[in-house]
Amino acid sequence: MTKYAVETSDLCRDFKVRQVKGESKKSTVHALDNANIQIKEGELFGLLGPNGAGKTTLIKILCTLLLPSSGTAKVMGHDVNTECQEIRQKINMVSGGETSGYGLLTVRENLWMFSQFYGMPSKLAKRRIDNMLEIMDLSDKKDAKVRTLSTGQRQKANMIRGFITDPDLIFLDEPTLGLDVNASRLIRDFIHKWMKDKPSRTVLLTTHYMAEAEELCDRVAIIDNGKVLACDTTNNLKKLISKESALKLQIKQITDVKSFESIPGVRNFAFHHDATTGTTDLKFILEDEAIVADIVAEVPKCGSKIISVEKTEPTLEDVFVALVGRGLHEG
Amino acid sequence: MAMSMNRRVFKWSTWLGWQLESNWTDPFPFIIYSIAKPIAGSLILVVMYSIIAGIGGQTDVGLFHYMYVSNAFFMFVAQVLFGITWVIHDDREHYRTLKYLYISPSNFFVYMLGRTISKLLVTTFAVIITMAFGVFFLGVPLDILGVNWLLFIVVMFIGLACVMSFGLALAGISFLTAKHSMGMNEGVAGIFYMFCGVIFPISILPGWGITLAKTLPVTYWLELIRRTLGLGEGIDTALASISTVDCMLILTISTIVFAVISVGVFKLGDYVARSKGLIDMTTAY
Repeated sequence: MTKYAVETSDLCRDFKVRQVKGESKKSTVHALDNANIQIKEGELFGLLGPNGAGKTTLIKILCTLLLPSSGTAKVMGHDVNTECQEIRQKINMVSGGETSGYGLLTVRENLWMFSQFYGMPSKLAKRRIDNMLEIMDLSDKKDAKVRTLSTGQRQKANMIRGFITDPDLIFLDEPTLGLDVNASRLIRDFIHKWMKDKPSRTVLLTTHYMAEAEELCDRVAIIDNGKVLACDTTNNLKKLISKESALKLQIKQITDVKSFESIPGVRNFAFHHDATTGTTDLKFILEDEAIVADIVAEVPKCGSKIISVEKTEPTLEDVFVALVGRGLHEG
Repeated sequence: MAMSMNRRVFKWSTWLGWQLESNWTDPFPFIIYSIAKPIAGSLILVVMYSIIAGIGGQTDVGLFHYMYVSNAFFMFVAQVLFGITWVIHDDREHYRTLKYLYISPSNFFVYMLGRTISKLLVTTFAVIITMAFGVFFLGVPLDILGVNWLLFIVVMFIGLACVMSFGLALAGISFLTAKHSMGMNEGVAGIFYMFCGVIFPISILPGWGITLAKTLPVTYWLELIRRTLGLGEGIDTALASISTVDCMLILTISTIVFAVISVGVFKLGDYVARSKGLIDMTTAY
C-alpha cells in the first residue's frame, strides 16, 4: 500500500479581505479551491504557480501554521486540524527570500538553539551543525553574528536550520529566491543529495524557477487561483501539449500584445517585456504549426519588427503557459 | 521524554531571552544602564511625591514609603506584561522566527515561560537596585532582619505567577494584533497602575474604583509585599481590615482563577490566529 507523506482532499482556504483600505465590506478570496494532492513518501514534489496561486497557503496549512476552511489535509498520516503535535515531530520548513534569525546571536548559536527546540541530543546537534555549515560553505561564518551576514548567507543559515533536525518531510518555499547562481546550485545539489542519502525523505518544494522544478522534482503540480490544474511527472506534463507547438518570438518592444491573443489557433500565449534590451519576448502555444505565418504577419501590423523566431520542444514553462494562460512571472 | 524536551526548551528560551536583553551592548554599558535606569525611576518618584506633598500638604512620610515599595515591585508587572507580549511581536515581525518556533515540536507555553524568566531576572536586579537606593539614599526604613522572608518568598512566587498569567493572556491576544497595538499592554498595565495601589492608596479612589481594585489580584500582591517588608503599612485604609491570611487566600485563589482564564485566552488567541493566518503576519510597521 502506498504511503503518503501528504494527502489533501477538497482542501479549501478562504480569506476575507478588504478591497479598499478603510472599507468595512470584505470580499472572499479563495486561496485554495478544492485542492487534491497526494505526495508519496520519498518524493521530491514541486508546486508551480504564479504569485497568489495558493502555493504558500498550502504549505502553511500543511505545516500547521494555518487552518483550512474546509476539506482535509493529512501530513505523515496525521490530520492538520487535530494532530499538530504529531506532525511537528516530523516536519520542518524553510521559506526563501526572508532574513529570519536572531541577529544578536551568532550563526552557530541560532542553529544550536533551534536544534534544542526540536529536542536534539547535544552531540548529534553539534555534529550536524558542523557538517551542514561545511556543506553550505558557511563554516567561516559560524561565529559571526547573524545580523552581519549577507542575504545569501542568511538564507543558507536558514536552510541549515531546516535540515539539521533531519525531518521526514521538509517544506521548501522558494528556497533559492534571491540567491546568486552559485548559492542556488549549492542548495539544489544539497537537496538532491539529501534525498538520495535516505530514500524515505520527502520534499515539497515551491519555486518560481521552471528549470529548478524540472531538474529537481519527481512530480509537479501546477496551481493557479487555488486550483490544482495538473499534477504529474514533468515528462508526462510535457506530453499534455506534445501535439501542440511552442513558438518563441522576440520582437522590438511593443506595449499592446492583445492582437496576438485573438489570432485563431493560438491556444495560449505569454509575454515578457525587457526594458533593458527594448524587446518583447512572446511565447505561443499553437494548435497547429500553420498559424506561425499568421503570427509573423501580425508583428509589423503592431508596429514592431521580428528579431528572432524559434520553434521549441515543449518545456515545463510551455505546459504552464498552456494551462494557466500566462507566464509564471506575469501578474 | 516530554519532560526532558521541556527542560531543554525552557533552558534555551531563557538563555535566548537573556541574550536579547543583554547582548545589545558590551557588558560594561549594560551594567551601567541596568543600574542607572532604576535609580532614575526612583528619582522620578521623589519628584512626584514632592509635588503631591507640596500641593496636598501631605507630610506623612509613610505615603512615600508606600509609593516607593509599590512602584519598585510594580516593575515586575510592567516588565512582564510588556515583555511577554513583545516576545510575540518581536519574534514574528522583527526576527521572523515565530513561525519556525511555532511549527517545532516544543511546547510554546514553555518557550514563553523561558523568555519571561529572563525578563524577571533583569527586573529582579532593577528592583534590588531601586530598593537599595531607597534604603541608602532616600531613607526608606527597610529592616532586613525584621522581614518574614519565607512569607515574602511565597508572596513573590504567587504574585509573579499571577503576573505571568496576565502576560500569557495578553500574549494570546498579541497573536491577533499588529506591532503598533502595544497600546493594549500599556492600557492593561495602566489599569493596574491606577487601581492596584501603586502610586496612591486605593482608599482615595471612588467607591466603584475601590470595588474594581479589590477584584484585581495585583492589589493584594502589592499589599502583601508592603506588609512583609514592613513599609507603607496601614496607609491604605481600604485594605487595612483584611488580614494577611485573607490577603494570601484572595491572592492565591484569584491567581488560580486568572491562570485558568489566561490559559484559555492564550489557546483561544492561538486558535483564532491560526484560523486567520496571523501566526506569521508581518505588518511592515
